[in-house]
This record gives sequence, C-alpha cells and structure tokens, in this order.
Amino acid sequence: MTDSKYFTTTKKGEIFELKAELNSDKKEKKKEAVKKVIASMTVGKDVSALFPDVVNCMQTDNLELKKLVYLYLMNYAKSQPDMAIMAVNTFVKDCEDPNPLIRALAVRTMGCIRVDKITEYLCEPLRKCLKDEDPYVRKTAAVCVAKLHDINAQLVEDQGFLDTLKDLISDSNPMVVANAVAALSEIAESHPNSNLLDLNPQSINKLLTALNECTEWGQIFILDCLANYTPRDDRESQSICERVTPRLSHANSAVVLSAVKVLMKFMEMLPKDLDYYGTLLKKLAPPLVTLLSAEPELQYVALRNINLIVQKRPEILKHEMKVFFVKYNDPIYVKLEKLDIMIRLASQANIAQVLAELKEYATEVDVDFVRKAVRAIGRCAIKVEQSAERCVSTLLDLIQTKVNYVVQEAIVVIKDIFRKYPNKYESVIATLCENLDSLDEPEARAAMIWIVGEYAERIDNADELLESFLEGFHDESTQVQLQLLTAIVKLFLKKPTETQELVQQVLSLATQDSDNPDLRDRGYIYWRLLSTDPVAAKEVVLAEKPLISEETDLIEPTLLEELICHIGTLASVYHKPPSAFVEGSRGVMHKRLPARTGSGEGTECPDVGNAAGGSAPEAAPSIIPSQGDLLGDLLNLDLPAVLLPLMGAGFGAAPAVMPASLNAPVGGGLGDLFDLGGGVGMPMGAYIPPKTVWLPAMKAKGLEISGTFARRAGVIQMELVLTNKAMSVMTDFAIQFNRNSFGLAPAGPLQVLTPLGPNQTIEVSLPLSTVGPVMKMDPLNNLQVAVKNNIDVFYFSCQYPISMLFVEDGKMERQVFLATWKDIPNDNESQFQIQDCHLNSEAASNKLQGSNIFTIAKRTVEGQDMLYMSIKLSNGIWVLAELKVQAGNPNYTISLKCRAPEVSQCVFQCYEAVLKN
Amino acid sequence: MIGGLFIYNHKGEVLISRVYRDDIGRNAVDAFRVNVIHARQQVRSPVTNIARTSFFHVKRSNIWLAAVTKQNVNAAMVFEFLYKMCDVMTAYFGKISEENIKNNFVLIYELLDEILDFGYPQNSETGALKTFITQTGIKSQSKEEQSQITSQVTGQIGWRREGIKYRRNELFLDVLESVNLLMSPQGQVLSAHVSGRVVMKSYLSGMPECKFGMNDKIVIDKQGKGGATEEAAGKRSGHQSIAIDDCTFHQCVRLSKFDAERSISFIPPDGECELMRYRTTKDIILPFRVIPLVREVGRTKLEVKVVIKSNFKPSLLAQKIEVRIPTPLNTSGVQVICMKGKAKYKASENAIVWKIKRMAGMKESQISAEIELLPTNDKKKWARPPISMNFEVPFAPSGLKVRYLKVFEPKLNYSDHDVIKWVRYIGRSGIYETRC
Repeated sequence: MTDSKYFTTTKKGEIFELKAELNSDKKEKKKEAVKKVIASMTVGKDVSALFPDVVNCMQTDNLELKKLVYLYLMNYAKSQPDMAIMAVNTFVKDCEDPNPLIRALAVRTMGCIRVDKITEYLCEPLRKCLKDEDPYVRKTAAVCVAKLHDINAQLVEDQGFLDTLKDLISDSNPMVVANAVAALSEIAESHPNSNLLDLNPQSINKLLTALNECTEWGQIFILDCLANYTPRDDRESQSICERVTPRLSHANSAVVLSAVKVLMKFMEMLPKDLDYYGTLLKKLAPPLVTLLSAEPELQYVALRNINLIVQKRPEILKHEMKVFFVKYNDPIYVKLEKLDIMIRLASQANIAQVLAELKEYATEVDVDFVRKAVRAIGRCAIKVEQSAERCVSTLLDLIQTKVNYVVQEAIVVIKDIFRKYPNKYESVIATLCENLDSLDEPEARAAMIWIVGEYAERIDNADELLESFLEGFHDESTQVQLQLLTAIVKLFLKKPTETQELVQQVLSLATQDSDNPDLRDRGYIYWRLLSTDPVAAKEVVLAEKPLISEETDLIEPTLLEELICHIGTLASVYHKPPSAFVEGSRGVMHKRLPARTGSGEGTECPDVGNAAGGSAPEAAPSIIPSQGDLLGDLLNLDLPAVLLPLMGAGFGAAPAVMPASLNAPVGGGLGDLFDLGGGVGMPMGAYIPPKTVWLPAMKAKGLEISGTFARRAGVIQMELVLTNKAMSVMTDFAIQFNRNSFGLAPAGPLQVLTPLGPNQTIEVSLPLSTVGPVMKMDPLNNLQVAVKNNIDVFYFSCQYPISMLFVEDGKMERQVFLATWKDIPNDNESQFQIQDCHLNSEAASNKLQGSNIFTIAKRTVEGQDMLYMSIKLSNGIWVLAELKVQAGNPNYTISLKCRAPEVSQCVFQCYEAVLKN
Repeated sequence: MIGGLFIYNHKGEVLISRVYRDDIGRNAVDAFRVNVIHARQQVRSPVTNIARTSFFHVKRSNIWLAAVTKQNVNAAMVFEFLYKMCDVMTAYFGKISEENIKNNFVLIYELLDEILDFGYPQNSETGALKTFITQTGIKSQSKEEQSQITSQVTGQIGWRREGIKYRRNELFLDVLESVNLLMSPQGQVLSAHVSGRVVMKSYLSGMPECKFGMNDKIVIDKQGKGGATEEAAGKRSGHQSIAIDDCTFHQCVRLSKFDAERSISFIPPDGECELMRYRTTKDIILPFRVIPLVREVGRTKLEVKVVIKSNFKPSLLAQKIEVRIPTPLNTSGVQVICMKGKAKYKASENAIVWKIKRMAGMKESQISAEIELLPTNDKKKWARPPISMNFEVPFAPSGLKVRYLKVFEPKLNYSDHDVIKWVRYIGRSGIYETRC
C-alpha cells in the first residue's frame, strides 16, 4: 500500500468523512486520515475546519503520527489561534520527554507556531532546552531562539535568551556552536548596531576551532559569520586566513565560496609585499576553477562570483582563460556568464585563442549568445590594440554570413572600433553600407547612421543614404532620430553646398514636428549654432571625441566592494546590494572591505576605488562647477536679446526669431558663450614662473635674454625679454631649438621687427608647438636654444616647467581613471612630500586646476583629504596623482603613477611650484 | 535563509510544499509555477526573482525542486542543499519521480523537518538519518540507542556510528576519471582536463583510522628529498608522480592536516562514500584521437570521413566506444561505411552514431559517410556541432596511482594486513569533443 492514494480523494463531503475517520478509535485509521489531511493541505485545499479533530490526535506515542499532526499545526495555528492553545499542554509535556528526539521535536515545532499566546508558554521549555544535557536538543533550541525573535523580539531580549545563546558559542559540541552562530548572525542583522556577536580575537579563535569539526552546513554558518569580522591588524588577518585556507579543499562548493569571501576580505589588510599575500593569491585560483566542474546551477553561482573576483583582483585568474571556454552542452546561463569572464580576462597574451573561440560561438544557435559573442569580439578589439585588425576582419567575415542579427550586432561594435581607432579601418565602410537595408534594430540603425555622418566626406552618397532614413523619421526610435539629426548636421558642415535643404528638413522635423524634448533641444541648439556661427558649430559638432574606455560595464567600485563582502550570496548572483531585493531592515546594512591599517605608504588601488566611487559625488560640487552653476553664469551674462527668447520664453517661439538664412552670423553672443565654456573650467590662471636670466650679457656679446614659459588659452608661449647691453644696434633676430624631450619647437619666427638699440629692451612672446623632433633630454625638461642676431649665434639652455605641457582635456573619466590606476604597475608609482604648504584641499584643487591638473574625485578619511587627479601631457602621456592633505599639517604627500615614470620628478616639481605660488 | 521548499511535477502541480518562514506565502507556490514552469521561454537562469522573492530551482528528470526566500541567502548553500536533498531522497526511495514522491510524501515531510530547521540546513548525512527516520515508523528505542542517535547526529563524526562489526574487513577503492577534451579540427588541443573521483566502499569494524596515499607530485618530491633509499625505492616501483591542480574532500577528511602535511587521513563512513575529487590538466593521456574530414560537395551533399586512433598500451582494451557525428537538419539520406563496429544514422538525433564494442590500444579505425541534403533557402549556416565521443578504458588518464591505503583500528584486534583491499581504475569520456 502506498501513500499516493491520498492525493486522489476528491469526493464530495470529503471533509465530513475525514472528520469521522479522525475521530475513529482505530490508530491505523486515524493515521490514514491525518495523511489524507496533509495531502489535501499540500495541494492547496483548505482543511482548517478539521483543526480540533487533528489536534485531538496529537497525544500519541506514535512519532510518525505526532510529526504529521505537528506539520498540520504549523500550517493552521495562525488561522485558529484560540484552538492552538489546546496543543500547548502536549508541547510542554513533550519538552520533558525522556527521549531527546521528542524533546527536540517539541521545541522545534513550538517555535514555528506563530501565535502570541503560545509564545508565552514557550519560554520556560525553551530555557530548559537551551541547557539540555543532550546536544541534539541544544542545537535545536538555539535555532528556536531565532524563531522566537522573529515573532517577538522584545520577549527574547527580556527573557535573556540572547545571553544564553552567546554562551552556546562556547559549547563543547560543534553543531551547537554552528547553530548558535547562525541564530545570532540572523538576530544581529535586524539590530545593526548592537554588538550581539561580540566578535573579538578570543571568540574568533573558538569559531575557528569549531570550524574544523562541524558539518558542512555549520562550516558555512561560521565562515559567513567570520566574514563580518574586521581583524585588528594585518597579523591577525593573516593568522585567520591561514586557518581558513584548508576549507578551500572542501567538497561542498558553498563552503569553498564562503572561505573565498573571508579570504578576499581579509586580504585587503595584508601588505602586498608580504610573501604570504602572494601565496594566498596563488591558492585562490585552483578552487575557483574546480567550482566550474560542479553541477550547472552551482557553476552559475560560481561564475557570477568569479565575475566579481576578476574585477576586484584580475591577477588571480589571469592564466586560467581556457577553463572559461564554452562547452557545447553548457546551459545557456552558464555560457553567457563564461563569455563575460572571457572578455574580462582577454589580454594580449591570450587574444588569439579567445578570438578563435568567439568566432566559433558566433555561429551557434542561441540568438542572445551569438549576439554577445559578436559584441565580445568588438570589445576585444578595443581592449587589445594589437588584435584590432584581426577582430575587424573576423567581424567582416561574420557580416558576410548575412545572418540578420549577426550583421546588426557587428555594425554596432564596429562603430565603437571606429571611435577607438579613428582613420584606420574606414576601408570597410563600403561593406557596411551594403547592409543598410537589412538593419531593423534601433541600435544598429543608429550605429550605421553615426558611421555615415562621421565619415560623410568619404562616402560619396552619404546624403542619399541619410535622406533615405529621413523618410520615416517619425517612426524611428529616439535613439535613431537623435543620431540622424547629428549625422545630417555633420554632413552639412562637411559638404555645406549640396546639403542645405537636407539639414533644413531635419531641423524642422526635429524642432517642429516632434514631441520629444531631447530631440527638440538638440535641434534648437544645432539650429542656433549653425545660424550664428558656423565656425563655432564646426568646433562643437566636429570636435574631437573623448576616448572610449576599454572596460565599459565595470561594476561601480563601491558596489563592487560591497558585493565582494557578499560572495556566495544572492547579492553576488544578482550583482545588486541586498537592499535592492530584501524587504525590511534585514541585510540593508552596507558592508565594506576593511582598509589597510599599516603605515600610510603607497595607497592601494582599492582605496582609489573608494574615493572615485564613494565619496566623490558629495565632494564634486566644491571642486568642479556643476551644470547648475554653469547655467547660472550663462543667464547672468548680458547676452544679446536674440538669445533671451530661446532661454526664457520657451522653445516654441524660437524659430520665429531666427534669421532665415543659416549662414548669417549674429553678433558675438554665442561666441562669448562658447569662450565662457572654456573659461569656466579655469577659475584661476595657470601658474607662470617668474622670469629668470637665461643668457647673461657677458656671454653673448651684450645681449641679455631672460624669460619664462606660460600656457595661455591652450598655447604654450615662450616669453622672452631681450635687452641690448652693448653699444651697437642689434637686428636680424632668429631662434631655433635643439631636439628635446617633448618636441617643443617655435611655431613661428621670433617677432623682433624693429632693430634693438643700445640699452633698449623688448618683450616678445613666441608661440611654441609640440610637434618638433624628439630627443630625450636630461633633465627631462631641459631645452637648448640658439639665438642668432646680426652679431653672432648664442647658445643657452633653460628648463621649462612641465606644467606648460598639461593640456586642457586632461580630465579623465572616473571609470577610466580607476582602470588606468590599476593597470599601471605599482613599480611606476613614486611618492613625494611637499613641505610647508598651507592651502586647504579645496584651494589646492582650484589652484592646480588652473594649471590643467584636474581633480577627479575627493574623499575624506579620518580628517585626511585624498584628492585624485589626472594630467595629460601634450604627447598623450597620462599622469595620475593622489594628493593627501591633512588639516593642520602643512606637509602634503603626493603619489604619482604614470606609464612613463621618468616624468614623475618633473611633475612633482610643478606641483610644488604651483602650490607654493 | 531558505523560506520554503516546493516540489512540483512537470505540469506544475505541487507535490510537496513546506514553508519555513513567515514571509513566504502560499502565493509563492503559484508565482513559481506561472513564471518558471509554465513560462514560454527556455529557463534563462536557475535563480529567478519574482516580486522580491527569489526562487532557486533544480530539475531531476521532470520533477522541479524549488527553494524560496526573501532574504539575501547564501546561494551556493541553497543549491548544495537542493542537491543533497535529492541525494537523500534517492538513498531512501530510489529514483526521483512523481510516483515515488507521492508514495513517500509523509517520509519527505519528515525528512524536510529534520534536515532543514527554520531554513537552516542541519545534518543531512543519509547514514545518520537512516538511524532514526525510517519508513516503517520508529521502533521503541532504549535510552542508550536514543543518546547514540543524538550524539551521532550532532557529533564530530556525524557520518559514522560506533560499534560496527564485520567478520571480514574489506575495502574497495575505485578511481573513476572522466577525461574532457576540446580539440580543433587541425588536431590542436584547445582544452583538456581530467576530473576524477576516488570512491571508497568500506566494510570495516569499529572506528578505523585510514590514511590514503597516491602519487601526488608534491608528496613524492617531498619524500624524494628525505633520503636516498626512498628515492631508489620510488624509482624501482616505477611510479611517476602527477601534478594535481586542485582537490576537494569528503567531510570526513581532516582538511587542516592536508593543508599542512598534504596527508589524507580520515575515519570513513560505513559503506560507500566519495572520498575525494580532483582535477588535473598536465600530462593527460588522451585515450583517443579523432580526425575529422568534412567536405561540402555542392549544396546538397556532404562527405564526412572520421578516423579514430587509440593511444594506449596495446594490451589494454577500451570498451563502449561511441562516436557521434552530427548531421545538418536538412539531411535527407545517409550512406555509411565503417571498417569496425556498427554505424547508423539517427534522424531523430540528427547524428550518425558509430558504436564499437571493444578496441585495443594503438589501433585505428575509420568511418566514411555521404550525407544527402535537401536544398533549403535558410540563410543560416549549419552550426557544425563538434563530433563527440564516449568510451571507457581500464586505466586512469591522469596517471593517478593509489600508493597505499592504511587502516589502523587501535581498539579492535585487526591490523592493516588483515584488511582485504581492492583497487580499480576506470577512465571514462567526459565531454570529449573534436570540432569539425
């Protein structure tokens, strides 16, 4: 006889029949009936009417029947609170039973009955069970405290159960310890500030001992609890790590992942030059790889976590690319995750293999997967420059397949490749244009339009192509409309004669017939620009684009840190903080990685992560004028009346005010506007060192030259003062530079037009360019100059401040900054002290910005301001800096990171010069 | 923690529903059915979030097991628990099927009550559970028995009870390896690894302390330094050591001891257990090499030739060899010629399946096929899935050798010599694919 028959009772009057059976005298019949009731309950039938009859069966010595009745009670007690009281006596009695299994069962079930009146009766039995001689009862009672806390937190505190629970952490039985830890961790989560767990070196030691002895599940509870602890110093951190690492060999993947979490967190505190740090990094890789041979669901969890780990510490898995290759039979969710990690691990060393794989994937069946594979090829091209060419040819091969979604995806990524490597792969445009008709997805259409607009001068029929899109303008998605508008304006600026009509058409479509405010705004701005000052328009629309970063979908650093603290949990699977998907107070507490406690030498990249991601938003307004300020300035300006309706009276009226002819420039209003744009970025002028004598008269037959360098409006100027201290007139001045480190060269002749008489002085400024021949000098900023006049040729050398070479677009994207900072090896970091500087961090930041040293983020740690800055040199070298300013301490610490570390010394000198003047 | 656990049949009808937490309502049962089981699309993730409730599911044949929670639980633990749950059910009543679940639903509720308390997994070792959760109802136990049960369930050696006695002490070790390969059409190994398991079946009396040794490179190298005599002994026995990338152990193995000394010591559970899993990637013996040749003859014909070569000692025999050659979807007919074994075109599986019962080492065999195709106007190219292979060989492709398994039982009077030990090596194909 089997139990399945209980599922098939659907007769009428069933409840009535069951009632009769439940009250039967025969034990067997009773048991049968209870089983039927449970079966009905499972399929969702309401059998609550039988409550009193079922409870009557409770007093039995048959354990199986007892368990079934308890199961029923747990389900229906809440709906029949008064009846549930009937059961209390039996529970209390069972808690005294000589059989520990029954005592535990009673206390376990009682905790699940969520009726207030019952909880009062629960306290006494629970107190006894917490001190039971049998460990099985104690471990059950420990969990019961958590249950009770969930129903009535106050009661648990009043009854002092929390203290008893804390005592259980020192229990002799490891399973009791594990359950007590689990219960306390859960209770602590709803009291974020209470020091319930009271983790200190002693209690941690106890946990670590229990870790070796308890079940796999218990090990998980303990490891998850350990992860909340913050060791006092690096030594403690190391000793905990040493005792946790053996868990990496556990067969249970959850134990392994929780151990990885503890290690990843505590590693933050270890000094990087420690041998143990390297050992630990090496130990982490194999277990992570092993997780990939688990069942697919666990592989998925593991891969989502590996994705985080790879972002945080790429070095761990950098040699393990092959294990992430997709297998034909992997479930789709595993495939997609593997692909993500492959891209993150792609580097010059393994790119050939990766590309070969991606090409295979692009021919698979699953559409999402194929798209992602194509996209991945594009990302490889952007990430690894050496591979770009191969990637492009692979993409072209794929376009030839004519599979619709492959083509579209390929076009989207080719657009990004064009952005990254301008003027390199335009030969493929023709192929792309062939596929114009097959594009039906907005993203692909927008990408294609962008390409046509960007390279309008090379595509003969660009106007026809764009016009063809214009026909269905209003049916396109906003993305496509915006792109089309910009592309046609670009086209007009490049080929103004043939496309005037087209541009008029698109402008009116965008401004008059569209309801989309973004589109209208952009339309008006172009219209105004074109009508007032086509030159400015050209500068704006055809401006050089900022570089696109390699890693586009990096998780924001603060979030990444938090997620690292949640390795193994749902948060790490969703890549969202727990607050995003957990209701109520539980788990909303934000976790953070511990900071290094060693002396303040050299900051680690994770700290920068904090800075850029975390506190920067608050700090930003004080450093960089926000958009609001800019707009304020704009409106305060005394602009010509034409502009006012545009800004004030709303957009509807604007076209009427506009001059009909597009080419008629109106006043200087807009010009001012754009000059202002440049000006706002520079609240203070750039630092100009005082003039010094470069060539004394003694050495140059009476010609004395003193001078300095300045950077004005983006142009480097050499400002010279020539004094004639000789008796005769000097004429025919000319100047020449020797080859130098940054290719400085005069951009024009030395403008000394009138002869220089005796005792006369003339000031000239000579614009310099940076496209001259290059030769490395020592010191780096040394410049050898030859000046000629009618008397002789004289040579001198001078040193220019390297800040002259800091260009105006040296403000790095925050994400790029982070990636770059991590990317540059630590060996390239150099550190300097600036003594006796009495500026606060804000003033310093403003002052530095004047010299094109841009503050990207700021954060404050224990009264110490950390400023993160970027500088771009005229030859494209980026210098990243971290400036530590402590209130009241006149000594600044500055760390510089650069791919060409030679420049660091010069850059430091600039800092010193700028800050002290 | 886990808020509830549901088991559904393939239609989405609930077979078992157990709620552990108050935040999970009855509607959660329906939410999963509607959004996952009845969803039109293929399941895109084993974790689904529906209205702030997270569902973890695994499928066994056509049965769905789903764990539900509203909190930030340890996701890896939930899946490990679901697998464990399947193991426990299988150990109790065999295959997980709708019928078996319905037949044993009372038992399942009882198990769920025991192994999951307020959503926290508790001891779930079948050996321990079987001592007090039985299908026949609990017999009355003596006081000693009761306390023995509880101490086993909570104890340090939760996987073994005391007082086991056998007339003959015997143990069986199986080294089971699956060798995985992905090869390019040109014969270049794209990736290869062996994932192996050491399965131990022991019938030993008392609480035997065991020590397991194998030709792990790290151990051998360490011993090599120890003294010249041992080194000589190592050479004499001809053991080659292997580099193990990573290994994991059954919970009975003392991990801290392994970490410190790399020695594997444990008290085994009674009966069968998986002592260890390991993974190697270096110096793998690939038992077979597949050489594919696919030629498209016009638009309606394909010619396929596949050669397989066995690469191991001629005295050994491989068994159950099966080569699966995928064919395009628009295949209309296939002619196959093979020198050895039997080959058949299976239209329903879109593949030619070539089976060979036995094959000795250092041999080769080949198959050639002509595939007729129906003309299609499908733009999509045929994806050319890889040729896959199955086989079984009587050696360990990783090169792993068991060096010893010593048994000490200080309390009982039997010694290591009295234990009868059997060791067996089986190498099977995992995912063994060659692209074509």
